[in-house]
Amino acid sequence: MISRRPVPGIGLALGVALLLSACGGEGESTPIDRAHRAQPVTPVFTDAGLPDPSVLAEEQVLHRDNGEEPQTLDPHLAEGVPAGNILRDLFEGLTAESPDGRVVPGAAMRWNISRDARTYTFYLRREATWSNGDPLRAEDFVYSFRRSVDPRTASNSANMLLPIENAHDVLVGRETPELLGVEALDEYTLQIRLSDPTPYFLALLTHSSTFPVHRASVEQHGARFSRPGNLVSNGAFVLADWQVRSRIVLTRNDRYWNAANTLLQRVVYYPFEDLSASLKLFRSGNLHWTYEVPNNQFHWLEQHYPDELVVSPWLGSYFFGFNLTREPFVADPQLRLALVLAIDRELITEKVTQFGEQPSFSLVPPGIGEYETQVPEYAGWTQAERNEEARRLYAAAGYGMDEPLRIEIRYNTSENHKKVALAIASLWKQVLGVQATLINEEWKVFLQNRSGRVLTQVFRAGWIGDYADPYSFLQLFRTNDGQNDYGYSNSLYDSLLEQVASERIPGRRRRLMQEAERVLLEEVPIIPVYTYVTKRLVDPHLRGWDDNVMDHHYSKHMYLLRSQNAPTPVAEAP
Amino acid sequence: MTLDQGLVRQLTRRLLGVVPTLLLLITVVFFLVRVAPGGPFDTEKALPPEIQANLEAKYHLDEPLLQQYFRYLGQILVLDFGPSFQYKDWTVNELIAQGFPVSLTIGGVAMLLGFVFGVGIGVGAALRQNSAADFTTMGFAMLGVSIPNFVVAPVLILLFAVYAGWLPAGGWDWSWRSAVLPVVTLALPVIAYIARLMRGSMIEVLHSNFIRTARAKGLPERQVILRHALKPALLPVISYMGPATAALITGSVVVERIFSIPGLGSYFVQGALNRDYTLVMGVVLFYGVLIIALNVVVDLLYSILNPKIAYEEL
Repeated sequence: MISRRPVPGIGLALGVALLLSACGGEGESTPIDRAHRAQPVTPVFTDAGLPDPSVLAEEQVLHRDNGEEPQTLDPHLAEGVPAGNILRDLFEGLTAESPDGRVVPGAAMRWNISRDARTYTFYLRREATWSNGDPLRAEDFVYSFRRSVDPRTASNSANMLLPIENAHDVLVGRETPELLGVEALDEYTLQIRLSDPTPYFLALLTHSSTFPVHRASVEQHGARFSRPGNLVSNGAFVLADWQVRSRIVLTRNDRYWNAANTLLQRVVYYPFEDLSASLKLFRSGNLHWTYEVPNNQFHWLEQHYPDELVVSPWLGSYFFGFNLTREPFVADPQLRLALVLAIDRELITEKVTQFGEQPSFSLVPPGIGEYETQVPEYAGWTQAERNEEARRLYAAAGYGMDEPLRIEIRYNTSENHKKVALAIASLWKQVLGVQATLINEEWKVFLQNRSGRVLTQVFRAGWIGDYADPYSFLQLFRTNDGQNDYGYSNSLYDSLLEQVASERIPGRRRRLMQEAERVLLEEVPIIPVYTYVTKRLVDPHLRGWDDNVMDHHYSKHMYLLRSQNAPTPVAEAP
Repeated sequence: MTLDQGLVRQLTRRLLGVVPTLLLLITVVFFLVRVAPGGPFDTEKALPPEIQANLEAKYHLDEPLLQQYFRYLGQILVLDFGPSFQYKDWTVNELIAQGFPVSLTIGGVAMLLGFVFGVGIGVGAALRQNSAADFTTMGFAMLGVSIPNFVVAPVLILLFAVYAGWLPAGGWDWSWRSAVLPVVTLALPVIAYIARLMRGSMIEVLHSNFIRTARAKGLPERQVILRHALKPALLPVISYMGPATAALITGSVVVERIFSIPGLGSYFVQGALNRDYTLVMGVVLFYGVLIIALNVVVDLLYSILNPKIAYEEL
């Protein structure tokens, strides 16, 4: 017989206390750690604009959280932000970016663009070499562009290269890669011919699908060429170690043409997926740079880490889409407009997302050169006026308190999407009496349903620009685009985008895109909510980086300052 | 019948049973992952159909399902789990080879601690049944069982890493320091569970006739406990430990995530979410083989510990 006794009171009380302290989490704990944090010295710069050696920390090792394990370090197969971050450190394309995001010369020191904007001639740096000492030649780029587009490579970012002449035919296997419009005129001169003038082409060349790979090592090691010990690269850093899902260590490439200006000795990338785990690692001094911060802790972070919290605009729009192929949204833009108007965006950005996201009524986020983001008239109204107009339109569409609109809002499983969808549903209910049901779906299921356009009514969407050009956003709504999950189709819009593609005069092209965005917004295929921000913690000792809308931060620009009282402030991470 | 004959016969029978079990496992998982909506290469950025086709051809996903199935069976025969769809630079074999030692270390040490402390505490509590010490330890054990590790882990991190700074808040570098907190987090509920199991079964054994006989013969209490009571009382603990060890040494998803540990556990979830068919199949099969192996070990231990169980009955 087993005797069973009730749990004694003392254990229970202790347990409750432990549970309560645990539930408090970051929200209520006292940040004892903060008192121990050292402050960096004030930087002093040399005449060349570099930090004076006297202000630098002795140990130049950057510990950088990269969000997740990169899928690959083969630049031509890579997609996604984590791989992109590492590859921009390891490799260098024809162009690169400055800390504030401007396109600057990379492996090419200069270039010419023909009058018809279809032929680019790049002049490579003669001093540039591979990390094994081999010279970097125009032939390397020819080989690499062909490899990137070759169907046998099966790259999922090869569509970045579609502006290049014959790229599409090569990609589908209709032509051999040798016919791609990339040619070495001599050892150090590379010519690229485009099928359409593509004003953002120089920016595209900072994408990893255009990076050069070292032919001899690819041919020798095959799929294993991206392993430590095998990988030969041409960027400011080389791959030293790769422990899957633990760390990727890069060391300074002494053979990089600009190695004299690379201050960091080592960069350690961590794939920490859990945002609160990453926050704790930052707080205990193991990270200089987090990938993101937990969504619900803005106030705590703002209070306790005001110098470390960095929030800056990102080239992305957060919106919901309408399925225009299914009732009740097939015909009537008035009903869709009512739903767009009835959302108090400031309430959502201030109470729900909280990190300084900008309320938006448009598709294209602000911050792209001279492009003027199209803002509808009602953006200037008060929310009360918008609500009133929303009610009028809602009633005109035949709905009311007795006859409410019943719809489903679909989103992929995520705490943040859930909160935003919930806020929208309750605002609709409050203002219009709409009966909205929330449905969350696992990511792959969501993607399939969204592109299927059968089940969806209102669904979470959003887009982060691949390159800083409005076209990256506008192309999503072309009639037959693979990403047009809205079923939007407008011949005027399509023809405007066609004109954009072949227009080579920047001002005219910009006006065509503005016209297209205006046409789109008038038909209300989406519910814009806000523009994205990037939010992370950065150790104040880490300098040399700057905000940019692409959120591209090359480690080669960064360095660590010395602490005020200690020569080597930075503890080695575990 | 000698012990050896029985052992050999039993092992042979178990090993023969493994083949259909694994075949069933492979078949079910193979088709199940493919039934799930969405594919490994579906992303937010819709791929042009040509690229999609190139990718599918590269990974043989364009072949008829049955052909893929037999191709996979053929690979399994030579212990090749194939390339991962998600981590493209690595094969599933390499991912398991990198992740398993980490999980094995953390889970193995946690299980060892769980066994030693659990049995010790359980026996101690049983011997002082209904005393204050018994109530207190069992109270804590109840807590240990009921507080989930996603609550315990952050508290440990805050106390020992963020405030005190004694241990790293996460990450893995094969040092004992990076192992302490995850091992403790995993071991606590195991200690608690085994302590409760052990206490219960020890009390039951102590009330049985053969113990009464031993005591009546005047054996010292120490000998009664260690020589006569402990072995039979361990039986429920041993049968719990088989599958529990398999689960622990293949990694805990929660603990791996909170401590950012590159073990095997996350692959079960990541692999499934990413529709990384080969990775999911690989880790599930690996786990399956481990469970079967550990169950055989448990059965063997059982027959050693309990003479009442003959091999034929297994």
